[in-house]
Amino acid sequence: MNVLITLLSLAAFFSLYRALRGPSISDRAIAVDIMSILFCGITALMAFRYNLPYLLDLSITIAILAFIGTLALAKYLEGRNLDD
Amino acid sequence: MFFYYLGWIFIVVGVIFDLLGALGLVKFPDLYNRMQASTKCVTMGTCGIMLGIFLISGFTQMGIKALICGLFILFTMPVAAHALSRGSLFFGTKLWHKSIVDKFGEDKKSYPQISKEDETT
Amino acid sequence: MSRKIVFFIVALILWLLLTFSLNYDEIIVGVMVSFLSAVIFGGYFIENPIKLFQIHRWFWFLVYIPIFAYKCLEANLDVALRVLHPGMPLKPGIIKIKTSLKTEIAKTFLANSITLTPGTMTCEIDGDILYIHWIWIKEQDEEKAKKIIAQTFEKYLKRIFE
Repeated sequence: MNVLITLLSLAAFFSLYRALRGPSISDRAIAVDIMSILFCGITALMAFRYNLPYLLDLSITIAILAFIGTLALAKYLEGRNLDD
Repeated sequence: MFFYYLGWIFIVVGVIFDLLGALGLVKFPDLYNRMQASTKCVTMGTCGIMLGIFLISGFTQMGIKALICGLFILFTMPVAAHALSRGSLFFGTKLWHKSIVDKFGEDKKSYPQISKEDETT
Repeated sequence: MSRKIVFFIVALILWLLLTFSLNYDEIIVGVMVSFLSAVIFGGYFIENPIKLFQIHRWFWFLVYIPIFAYKCLEANLDVALRVLHPGMPLKPGIIKIKTSLKTEIAKTFLANSITLTPGTMTCEIDGDILYIHWIWIKEQDEEKAKKIIAQTFEKYLKRIFE
């Protein structure tokens, strides 16, 4: 169980690398989105490991916040053009 | 007992797919390819984890909440990827220099939005 | 009006599943919150709630799930192989296909299904034209590409939603 949580944290580090390095704004946005979903998975695994069902509420909240944040950033990008 | 082992298989496979998706996020060359790899693998992997927890716990509080969370991720993750790719297409993020065809750029912006040289990092 | 009633029932069931207790006060708070959200957001719900109660649509939906799950698993193995391959076999590009589905929710489900199946991702929907990013282009023509990507999904989605 601890090994699985460590592997998910490693995946979160990969996406953190892309969020720090990424050449454009969209790269950072998708990296942060993926990282939030990975944190959601980590929280669910911890709820299962310590047998605390309340942590799953936190997991649902993280998923909803990631979705809303990504949609807001996409709308912001759409209203602005690099061409003109 | 059968559902117990099946749930563990789902959780382990989900974690492996999550790891591969994040690796694809680092390795692939441009935004759209990265988005493909990470969205597919991470959606499937996290839904696998939630389904595994549901199979092990059964119809308890934890199992039902995990199932609802998995369904929510399955419905919202493609929508987020679609909105973000649409936004960055209108914003003007270029495709990879080895891309073949760009019908969107030909239709909406009068020339294909494919970058000339290798700009990736 | 019927939309708002169906929305109220769905929200109440979701609340009961989330709190997972049949306490007296929990149910009262749930009824109040569901009523408030039904009054405010009921107008954004699906167009024809009558369709929710027709049995054959649910039957085709149950047929649709295994096909979708198989395609999804295939897509994940495909992407995993491309990630682990040292030569990075990519031939990407954006193509367009035409869909014959009419209602908004059917188009939404088609776009989501395309995003989760092998190598394709929906970038933009404009009327009935879908722009699709494909990671390994086999066919640039509209009709042939549609036959590869969207034929099976469209057949079942038409039976479910229209």
